Amino acid sequence: MNQTQTSSGPILTTDGIPLKVSLKKAERINKIRAFLLVLPLLAFILITFLVPIGDMLARSIDDRQINTVFPKTFEVYKKWDRQGLPSEEVYKTMFFELKNSEGYSVGKASTRMNYSKSGWKSLLKKSKRKFKKIEEGPYKEKMIAIDKKWGDPEYWLAIGQMVDPTTMGYYLNAVDLKYDSSKNVVQQKENRRIYNKTWIKTFKVSLLVTLFCLLLGYPISYLLATLPMKYSNLLMICVLLPFWTSLLVRTVAWMVMLQQKGVLNNLLVMSNLLEDENRFQLMYNQTAVVIVMTQILLPFMVLPLYSVMKTISPTYMRAALNLGASPMHAFYKIYMPNSVPGVSAGCLLVFIIAIGYYITPELVGGKDGQMVGNWIAYHLKTTLNWGLCASLGAILLAMMTVLYWAYNKIVGIENIKLG
Amino acid sequence: MSQKDSFVKFEKVDKSYDGEILVVKDLNLDVPKGEFLTMLGPSGSGKTTVLMMLAGFETPTSGEIYLDGNPISSIPPNKRGIGMVFQNYALFPHMTVKENLAFPLEVRKMQKSEIDEKVGNALSMVELQDFGNRMPLQLSGGQQQRVALARSLVFEPRLVLMDEPLGALDKNLREQMQYEIKHIHEKIGITVVYVTHDQSEALTMSNRIAVFNDGKIQQISSPDVLYEKPNSSFVAQFIGENNQLKGKVKSINGENCIITTESGDDVQALKINVNNNGDGSLVSLRPERVAINSSENFENNFEAKVKELIYLGDHIRSRVEVCGNDQFIVKIPNSYKGANLKEGATVKLSWKASDSRALDLN
Repeated sequence: MNQTQTSSGPILTTDGIPLKVSLKKAERINKIRAFLLVLPLLAFILITFLVPIGDMLARSIDDRQINTVFPKTFEVYKKWDRQGLPSEEVYKTMFFELKNSEGYSVGKASTRMNYSKSGWKSLLKKSKRKFKKIEEGPYKEKMIAIDKKWGDPEYWLAIGQMVDPTTMGYYLNAVDLKYDSSKNVVQQKENRRIYNKTWIKTFKVSLLVTLFCLLLGYPISYLLATLPMKYSNLLMICVLLPFWTSLLVRTVAWMVMLQQKGVLNNLLVMSNLLEDENRFQLMYNQTAVVIVMTQILLPFMVLPLYSVMKTISPTYMRAALNLGASPMHAFYKIYMPNSVPGVSAGCLLVFIIAIGYYITPELVGGKDGQMVGNWIAYHLKTTLNWGLCASLGAILLAMMTVLYWAYNKIVGIENIKLG
Repeated sequence: MSQKDSFVKFEKVDKSYDGEILVVKDLNLDVPKGEFLTMLGPSGSGKTTVLMMLAGFETPTSGEIYLDGNPISSIPPNKRGIGMVFQNYALFPHMTVKENLAFPLEVRKMQKSEIDEKVGNALSMVELQDFGNRMPLQLSGGQQQRVALARSLVFEPRLVLMDEPLGALDKNLREQMQYEIKHIHEKIGITVVYVTHDQSEALTMSNRIAVFNDGKIQQISSPDVLYEKPNSSFVAQFIGENNQLKGKVKSINGENCIITTESGDDVQALKINVNNNGDGSLVSLRPERVAINSSENFENNFEAKVKELIYLGDHIRSRVEVCGNDQFIVKIPNSYKGANLKEGATVKLSWKASDSRALDLN
C-alpha cells in the first residue's frame, strides 16, 4: 500500500495540527525572549535617534508657528486678490494682533518673516513700539505713516508664502532657490548663492578623502593581511593608534604641521627645497581639510579592507602564479576582485562619514574649506534658522540613502564585510 | 638511472627557513618522465617543502633542481609551466568553472576558439561537462577537486604536482578519486609528483614512493617493495601494519641472522641493516605472513597465547603474546577453514625467516 502523502494540502503533524502552526507555536517563546533582549536598545534608539530624526524632518517643512501669531490676519489675508495693497480690514486685524501679541512670539515670527522678505523684522519691532500711541483708525494710513514699508505691496505679498502650514521654502533655500513674491520658484540673487557651491565642495572633498583613504589604505591592509601575526599585530596597533588619540589633539597637531610657519614648511625651507617667500598654503583651505580628514578616516577604510583580505587565501595567488600569470596579472585578476567587498564597504563608510563631517573643516578649513556640516552648525547655533538646518540635514540623509540604494543595486549590500 | 631519463632532478638540495634547522637535508632525487612519484611521510617531514621548491614558491638554500635538464632555481613559478593541485583546491571563487579553466590559457594569450575547445576537453575528461557555468562554491567537494585537477592539466604542463589533493574528501570519495587520478595519469602519461601522508593512497596510485622522515628520504621504491621489503624500522612502521620483536643480534650468517628477543627466544630473520653481534635490532613481520597452528615447515615456530579477538568481517584480528610481545597481531581470514580460536587459548605461530626482517633499532 502506498503510504506517501500525495495531496498538495498543508503538511500535518502527528497530532493533526498544520505543521506551520505548530512550528510557530513552538518558536513563540524564543521570539518573545529575543524581542525582550533587544527591547532596551530598541527603546534607546527610538528615543535618541528615530524620534529626533522624525522631528528634524518635520521641522524642515514646518511653517505653523507664524500662523499661531497672526491667525486672524491670515484668515482675512486669504480673501485678498493680491492686487495693489490689501484692504483696511487686513491692516486693522494685523494692527490689533501685533499690538496685543507677546513680544517673544512676535520676535520669533518676525525672524521667520524675514526669511521671506528681509526688512520684516525691523518693521515689526518698530511698529509694535509705535502702535501703542495709535488709538483709532483708519489704520491703513496711520500704519503707512509710521513706516512706509506698510505701503509696499512686496511686504504684503511675502506673507503669501507663509499662509500654508507647510513650506518648501527651507529646501529651496538649501539649494539656492527661493519663492518670489507671487510664489514662483526662482534663483537666489547672485551674491546670496552659497549652498550649491557648498554641496559641490562637500562632494568633492568627500570623494577626494575616500580616494586617498583607498590609495593609502589598500597597500597597508594588504601588508596587514599577509604579514605573519607578530608583525601584523604591531602594524595594526599603529593603524589604530589614531583611534586612541583625541580628535582635537590630532587636528591641532596637523595645524602645527601644516601652517605657513609650521613644521613641514620650515623643514622644506631649511633644506633649501623651498624659497622662504613661496611657502605652501596648506592650512585653512580645502587642501588642509582633505589631508587631515584622510588621516582621521583612514582606519575606517583599513579595517573593512583588512577583514576581507584576511579571508583571501594566499593559495589563490600561488595558484594564479602556478597557472602562468605574472604577479601583477595575478594580483589584478585574482586578488583585487576578491577584495571588492572590502573596498566597497570601506569607501561607503568613509564617504558617508566624510560627507557629514564638521569638526575638521571647522578647525582647519578656513573660509574655503567649509562643508555642509559647518553651515548646519552655523544656522543651528548662530542664526537659529532650524528649518534650514533641518532641510540641509534631510538632503544629506536623502543623498546617503540614494547612495546606499545605488550601492545595493550595483554591488549588493550582502557583499559588505565590516569584520 | 642515467641522467637522460631523469626528468626532474634534485641535486644535493638543502632547505632551511630559519638558518638553524634543516627541513630538507641533502636531497637527491630523480624522477623519470611519465612516472607517478609519491612523497609520503608524517607532517613536518619536509615533503611539502620539496614540492614547494619544485613549484617555485620556495627556493632551495643550497643545491639545484633540474627540470628536463635545465636548472630552474632562478625561474619564477609562473614561468615554470608546472601544473599544481592545491590542498584546498584554490579555485578562484569569483570565476565560474569555465573561467577558472580558461585562466591559464588566457594568460598564455591563446585564441578564443582554442581556449573553448581545450576547456571543453578538460571538462569532459573529469566528466563535468554540464557544470561549466557554475561557481566553484556551488559544487561538492569531489566536483571541486575534479575542477582543480582539470585546471592543473588544461594548459598541458610537462609536470603536475599534487599537494594532498584528496585530504578534504570523505573516505569513499577519496578512494574513487584515487582511481580517477590514476587513470588520468595512465591515459595522458604525464609526470606526477604527489604528496600525501596517507599510505594507502600512496600504495594505490604510485609507480614509486619516496618515504620522507626528518627531512630525508628513508626509502624510495615501488609500492610492493616498500611494503614487503622495508629497509628501516621507520618505513616498516609507517607503511602498513607491522609486528615488531625487539632483541639483540646473536649471530650473523650471510644473508640471515639470529636475533635473541628480550624473552630469550631466538628468531631467524633476514639481515637487513644490522652489522655486528650484540647490536640492538627490531625484527619486523607483517601480520598476514604469520601462520596459526600450521603443519607446514617454517624456520620460526613459537607458542603464543591469544589475548584478544576482534571480529572485522572479512578477517579476525587477534592480538597474541609471543616472544615477550603482547601487542603481536595476527590476521586470520574468515574462511571456511577458519581457525576456531578462543581468548586465552595457546596456539602455535610460525613464519618464514625470509618474511622477518632484522632492522635497526630506531
